[in-house]
Amino acid sequence: MEFLSYLISGISLGSVYAIIALGYTMVYGIAKMLNFAHGDVIMVGGYVSLLTMTSLGLPVWVAILLAMVVCTILGILIEGLAYKPLRSAPSLAVLITAIGVSYFLQNSALLIWGANPQVYTPVIEGAVKLFDGQLSITYISILTVVVCVVIMIALTIFTSKSKMGKAMRACSEDKAAAQLMGINVNKTISLTFAIGSALASVAGILLCSSYPTLMPTTGSMPGIKAFTAAVFGGIGSIPGAFLGGILLGIIESLAKAYISTQLANSVVFAVLIIVLLVRPAGLLGKYVPEKV
Amino acid sequence: MDRFAHKRGKLVPLPSDSLVPERDLNSAPVLETRHLGIEFGGLKAVDDFNLTIGKTEIAGLIGPNGAGKTTVFNLLTKVYQPTKGTILINGTDTHGMSTAHVNRIGVARTFQNIRLFNNLTVEENVKLGLHNHIKYGMAGGILRLPNYWKQEKIAHDKAMELLSIFDMEHLANHKAGSLPYGAQRRLEIVRALGTNPSLLLLDEPAAGMNPSETVDLMENIIKIRDTFQIAIMLIEHDMNLVMGICEGICVLNFGKVIAKGSPEDIQSNPVVIEAYLGKKKEGE
Repeated sequence: MEFLSYLISGISLGSVYAIIALGYTMVYGIAKMLNFAHGDVIMVGGYVSLLTMTSLGLPVWVAILLAMVVCTILGILIEGLAYKPLRSAPSLAVLITAIGVSYFLQNSALLIWGANPQVYTPVIEGAVKLFDGQLSITYISILTVVVCVVIMIALTIFTSKSKMGKAMRACSEDKAAAQLMGINVNKTISLTFAIGSALASVAGILLCSSYPTLMPTTGSMPGIKAFTAAVFGGIGSIPGAFLGGILLGIIESLAKAYISTQLANSVVFAVLIIVLLVRPAGLLGKYVPEKV
Repeated sequence: MDRFAHKRGKLVPLPSDSLVPERDLNSAPVLETRHLGIEFGGLKAVDDFNLTIGKTEIAGLIGPNGAGKTTVFNLLTKVYQPTKGTILINGTDTHGMSTAHVNRIGVARTFQNIRLFNNLTVEENVKLGLHNHIKYGMAGGILRLPNYWKQEKIAHDKAMELLSIFDMEHLANHKAGSLPYGAQRRLEIVRALGTNPSLLLLDEPAAGMNPSETVDLMENIIKIRDTFQIAIMLIEHDMNLVMGICEGICVLNFGKVIAKGSPEDIQSNPVVIEAYLGKKKEGE
């Protein structure tokens, strides 16, 4: 019973990682860059939703919607101002810019909202009790898993069946050829950032509802773990991000319960290293050897 | 050599510097370049390139290796921005336009090295060509509103119709990367046609094909021109193909046009022969 409870909390945590990982994996797939500022968009989403609920006193759904809108705009702005001018620059320059944007967001948040942790009001409270109260599952963890699955399915259908999704996959394979099909590559990349950032805000709300403290650095650790999850599952692959996220959440939760709370992160990254040694492209990634 | 003569377009007189001496004067040229050129750090890869291609004309661009033929294609599709001169597509100046924009106003191309989206299916590749002709928004794509189904149905039918040109409908659900070489080349042409071009640029369409495949390709190029009423410009080293179907030929050497004219003119042009075979020694 105890195991089941840890497993469920692991799946719930993993769902949050999976939603964040989707943002990493989509941006990597299309723009071939690691957007390290992605984790900090989560934090912005958390603050926007919290302030809408507490300072403005508006209902939860308005808070969620507003957080998504703000983060979507933020994502498009980050891409347009920081990454677009570097489209043809070496990937290291883009990587360093991404780290810069990440610190810029953290420090802006520090300036605006202060360093003190704020208590987040969960979007839903309460829990279901099963087996005569031996097992209690919070509504928020059920919601997290459901939202994650819905997003995962919607995104898979969107990228595989819609014309924008096809344009995304085409850009990911060959940008020049896509342009010659009349596809606006810049617009497609912006769209990817918009979707990724909207998802990050949702992840932020779900994460803060489960772990209700919010500070400017809230997004960075989950961001790095979600990135790990994306690599773990095979970066560039949407089902890979999902699988990687869930597995990472479960491993972390079980490691916390049975090994040591302090060592949980070490265990997570040790597993990552082992997986990458065996399968360098990740669980669902395809390893394409370079042609000589 | 001339068994395709009867399939060529009906020729009437044309403006001064066009390739074909005769053509419908009333229709505006599909492509017009004036003093087009590009320099790569002082090297004039293409210089003073003037060319007019009429509606439904099949034009050939030939020249020795490194003459700048593919560079011309890259200029016309704005993969490179020209450093000099003007390109008019259907009378529209393409100055400052992006590659995607030039495609939308009517220029499509294939590549010397096949560049299909290998992980996508054949049908999806063609649908990407149709990208700008499928009309539904973001919400429609996610929520799959009625308009989504309607538009996707139209796109599917159109894709199948285009694939039927080369009898490739049965391959629709195969991954593009898994097709045999010849089929990949044909799919590239189909995908380019999907963008509804008025000018189709084919970069070495017969490369790697055997003689019988090449003959099929020649018939298909003419069929495409007749069916879609478009102009086609092709780069090719296979002289049987070029002389067989091109109505006008432009010869490029070291980035400069050294000759223009009908296949007959080009074949007997001493400058062209020299560019290909080298100068005759005196007394030979």
